[in-house]
Amino acid sequence: MKPAPFTYHDPRSVSEALDLLAALDNARVLAGGQSLMPMMNFRYAMPDHVIDLNRIAALSYLRCDDEALRCGAMTRQRDIELSAEVKGRVPILHEALAHVGHRQTRNRGTIGGSLCHLDPSAELVNVTALLDGTLHIASRREVRNVSIGEFAVAYMTTCLEPDEMLAAVTLPLPPRSDGYAFVEFARRRGDFAIVACSVLLGLESNGAITRPRIAISGLGHAPARAHAIERALEGEQPAASAFKAAAAVAAQLDAMEDAYVSAAYRRHLARVLTYRALEQAARRATEAAHA
Amino acid sequence: MPDVRTIAVVVNGIPYRRDVETRTTLADFLRHELRLTGTHVGCEHGVCGACTVLVGGRSARACLMLAVQCDGEEIATVESLATEGRLNPLQQAFQDCHGLQCGFCTPGVLMTLTEFLREHPDPSEADVREALTGNLCRCTGYQGIVDAALAAAKRVREGA
Amino acid sequence: MIATGFGASVRRKEDPPLLRGEGRYVDDIALPGMLHTAFVRSPYAHARIGRIDTTAALALPGVHAVLTYADLPESVRRQTLPLLVPHPAIRQPFMPYALVKDEACYAGEPVACVIADSRYIAEDAAQLVEVDYEPLPAVSDCRAALDAGAPRAHYGDESNTAARFPVRAGDADRAFATAKHVFRELIHQHRGGPFSIECRGAVASYEAPTQTLTLHVSSQGAHRIKRCMLDMLEAGDHEVRVITPDVGGGFGPKGSFYPEYVNVSVAAMRLARPVKWIEDRRENFLATHQERDQYWDVEIAVDADARILAVRGQLVHETGAYVPWGIVLPWIAATTVPGPYVIPNFKLDVLSVFTNKIQTTPVRGAGRPEAVVAMERLMDRVARELRIDPAEVRRRNFIRPEQMPYNVGIIFRDGRPVTYDSGDYPACQASAIEASGYESFPERQARARANGRYLGIGLSNAVEATGLGPYESATVRVATNGRIVVYTGATPQGQSHKTTLAQIAGDELGVEIDAIDVVTGDTGGVSLGIGTFAARTAVNAGSSVHVAARAVAEKAKRLAAGMMECLEEDLALAGGFVCLRDHPDVRKSLREIAVKAVGMPGFSMAGGLPPGLEHTAHYTPDRSAYSNGTHVAEVEVDIETGAVTIQRYTVAHDCGRVINPLVVDGQVVGGVAHGVGNALFERMVYDEHAQPLSTNFGEYLLPLATDVPRVDLVHLETPSPLNPLGVKGAGEGGTIPAIAAIAAAVENALEPFGVKITEVPISPQRIVELLGNHALGRTA
Repeated sequence: MKPAPFTYHDPRSVSEALDLLAALDNARVLAGGQSLMPMMNFRYAMPDHVIDLNRIAALSYLRCDDEALRCGAMTRQRDIELSAEVKGRVPILHEALAHVGHRQTRNRGTIGGSLCHLDPSAELVNVTALLDGTLHIASRREVRNVSIGEFAVAYMTTCLEPDEMLAAVTLPLPPRSDGYAFVEFARRRGDFAIVACSVLLGLESNGAITRPRIAISGLGHAPARAHAIERALEGEQPAASAFKAAAAVAAQLDAMEDAYVSAAYRRHLARVLTYRALEQAARRATEAAHA
Repeated sequence: MPDVRTIAVVVNGIPYRRDVETRTTLADFLRHELRLTGTHVGCEHGVCGACTVLVGGRSARACLMLAVQCDGEEIATVESLATEGRLNPLQQAFQDCHGLQCGFCTPGVLMTLTEFLREHPDPSEADVREALTGNLCRCTGYQGIVDAALAAAKRVREGA
Repeated sequence: MIATGFGASVRRKEDPPLLRGEGRYVDDIALPGMLHTAFVRSPYAHARIGRIDTTAALALPGVHAVLTYADLPESVRRQTLPLLVPHPAIRQPFMPYALVKDEACYAGEPVACVIADSRYIAEDAAQLVEVDYEPLPAVSDCRAALDAGAPRAHYGDESNTAARFPVRAGDADRAFATAKHVFRELIHQHRGGPFSIECRGAVASYEAPTQTLTLHVSSQGAHRIKRCMLDMLEAGDHEVRVITPDVGGGFGPKGSFYPEYVNVSVAAMRLARPVKWIEDRRENFLATHQERDQYWDVEIAVDADARILAVRGQLVHETGAYVPWGIVLPWIAATTVPGPYVIPNFKLDVLSVFTNKIQTTPVRGAGRPEAVVAMERLMDRVARELRIDPAEVRRRNFIRPEQMPYNVGIIFRDGRPVTYDSGDYPACQASAIEASGYESFPERQARARANGRYLGIGLSNAVEATGLGPYESATVRVATNGRIVVYTGATPQGQSHKTTLAQIAGDELGVEIDAIDVVTGDTGGVSLGIGTFAARTAVNAGSSVHVAARAVAEKAKRLAAGMMECLEEDLALAGGFVCLRDHPDVRKSLREIAVKAVGMPGFSMAGGLPPGLEHTAHYTPDRSAYSNGTHVAEVEVDIETGAVTIQRYTVAHDCGRVINPLVVDGQVVGGVAHGVGNALFERMVYDEHAQPLSTNFGEYLLPLATDVPRVDLVHLETPSPLNPLGVKGAGEGGTIPAIAAIAAAVENALEPFGVKITEVPISPQRIVELLGNHALGRTA
């Protein structure tokens, strides 16, 4: 399982990378390599040109201000995991990262790489959807910003044109008082989840749920923000009855099917994990309110 | 015409300068160009961990890196652990606790644990098992490996 | 007293180089001028091969040759690969050619062989080989293969039945006719592959000066590989040498003979350069033997007290596209069913069926785990129906130790009646019961259920034929410089032979293991050998080493007695010397004795002794030595997700006398991990055209360190009377009862919901399906 031959490029700046993308046919960018290299080793991917982004320091940054967490696409998953700022201000991202692959893969893997690989249940894709993240796409021609919904066009297919690359992602900070939960079901530790469910919610002074957000991944080609559930939960007390109702709606969502996992099981997991995530997020919101 | 680059890389403290075809993986470079055959290849798709090395001190799957990406990097392989043939505490613990049988996954496991124990000098069994999820072993059932890791951590804490 | 002798938990000699990264596995071998190989493999499970155009591939710079069937030497074209265990019950002994001749019968079957400067270039060239494939209908499921209208795995064959044979004892039908209770189970068992972390591989080099082909191959039996090579090449015994270096796991399938070994040899001879082939993981999924589907339709007849009257049924076993091990695998499965129980009447009809998939051959446990699942599911069914504790049902049916040796009444694959030599099954189960907290479990279970948690416990027993013949070889030699070496045909892949065999030899020769080198798996070292598989080495090689070392010790004393002019019975061996017991400083070194033993030119040999301080033994077991074990698994099932967590795992294990307890423990725990994999994770998925879908470690799941529990081990030792050491095999006892115990535990956890487990592996999805609405849990 050796890669097919290619011409290797290692640009030192974003500008150089964009020039290469504009000029070359059948080119792939190489980020952490944890997804592209296996595909190249299997020869499922046979690019004529590999544009290694690892030398572009400007693509790797993690900046937190009052509004958002701003990540360069080449920021290593491990660095996000270790970031005290992330743990403090976007704890759901920190929690999700514990499920992402293994230490060896997080050391090299990048947030941009995960977003562009677009595995249906990838944790980072899910959290980006939950936080209404903005993806910043660059090319020689223009810079454009898209949501995850616009970015994920089909199964493991992004909206990126051949001359475009993902440069950065902006994740608006959730309210400090929001409870959060990231729950997934995978066959083994570190595996891609079959289904994952993330929740953010706040509590009013009377204890009612406010501004709930739910992102469920593993059903369709991209994580779905379950807007119907969100609307139904607004104003409800965070009790088992509300969680059950939400879970029942999650079980109705369309789900894909393959040789390993049935649609019915995915929907069932969506139901169960929605309940668990809501329960955990509500508990955390309550604790935050008392603190 | 093959695409070739010259790279300068430090492996186990020794600098090398070599021409490599750009598609050569780091694992193949270490094994066949530098003849450091301690790093093993088990799957070439980033799951089994037999090829784990430290790049810039961080564990990485050598089958998923290109040798050219390591220009200017410092790499540590299993061959860096013993000193003049003397096993280090982690290696010795593996022998004492029967932490290896066929030995094929072992170099990758040792490098994973080298990074892990450096950061977690007093781990629980659960912590060790979690740390090992990126390495497959088909012989030991992991118990001997876990025992070795815990024994090594203890010895190092006690100043062995 | 030898500190590192038999019974000592000595540290392994193998470890220091392996830990330093100085292991020498087949891919570590680099010979001057060595070339590399990639195979073109059939992408179809079943296809006729037409024209093969190698022009573009040959034109690629760095490519030295592209071989197809037509390019192979005449002796290779004329024969298919050897069927090593023929049997008259095999209706159609289909075997493959070294490269597909005209019909590929499984996806991955090798069609052409590319030799190039590097594996990278070889793969580039392999993509350029143009093959005309005419896809043929393929058969994927072994039960569907029995339908009259099913596609034939081999085109034009009259049926897909590879073999059919009965296993009989007593008169089962009569016993069933009058039985008080009869229960039937339909069980689907899927196992999987060995998936050693090192894939297969071989390096062939031909040396013109000695006209010798040397084949380094990652195998489980160098001598068997050589024998097959002699057949294929029609070479002289002196012209082929097979050496097995360090092996990164085998688990059975590396003991088979594969087409790739022939191809690299042919290429090496033709190109006069060494040729290496290293299997990559994708090839490993396609082209290394596995174990796979079995469908069991079995019934048990018991009396009112749950005593077994009879067991009968049918086993449909999938052999894949060919029959390289004949009917060994289903035969072992069938004859293992009775286990430790008194079963007066037994009738099993076995069908081995062709499909268009990679062949099935023994993988750790070799059909025995499946037999144990069948028998133990029946026992649990009896327990459930008659409302008796599962452990009690077993107790009422155990063969008792005073009944040993016990003739089960059926014939094993070694041609002998299945006769258990020794073992105390009631005591073994009792130990496991005690160590696992089985008796107090119902209370734990009840408390957990009150808290909405579902715990379950499962018990299984197994008896395992080990130490399979015909023999293993050992030459123990003291060289003329006093260094001691043991040559053996045993070929380890992690089983610690270099330590354990040194322990045995050291005991007889009076030296520590560091003074003994053990050389395994080299046809140049010892002329006959069988190999390491089927938990046979402790019995066979161990006994041979013991016999040979003792003979060397006796000879050393005889020669020393002559040299020292004293009586043999006054002498003892210690520390590399033969000395007077009463005056140990009066002694001769083994070196001096060895020199004496090879004689001096012009002088006749003393005392008419044969020359050399060495001896070769081929211990030949009369029949198998039977190990046994009891496993108790305690699991928790999350009924909302179907996830199964093993909370506690206990093994009571009896493999007779133990050479090295540390090594045996490692074998048992390692074996349990294979059982966990087969019970909960490992499944090779194919589509209906027999196209393999699970061809990577992301889709075929091996258990991780977080999936395999810590195993509590209890040892019993019932020595075997059949060999001089009293040992039995230990390599598979961790796997054989495991799947049954885990399946039983899951079923026990789900008892409130009436779920029955009749398939393995069992996935969370399947558990949720079986639970129906109960899986809604708190979301209901």
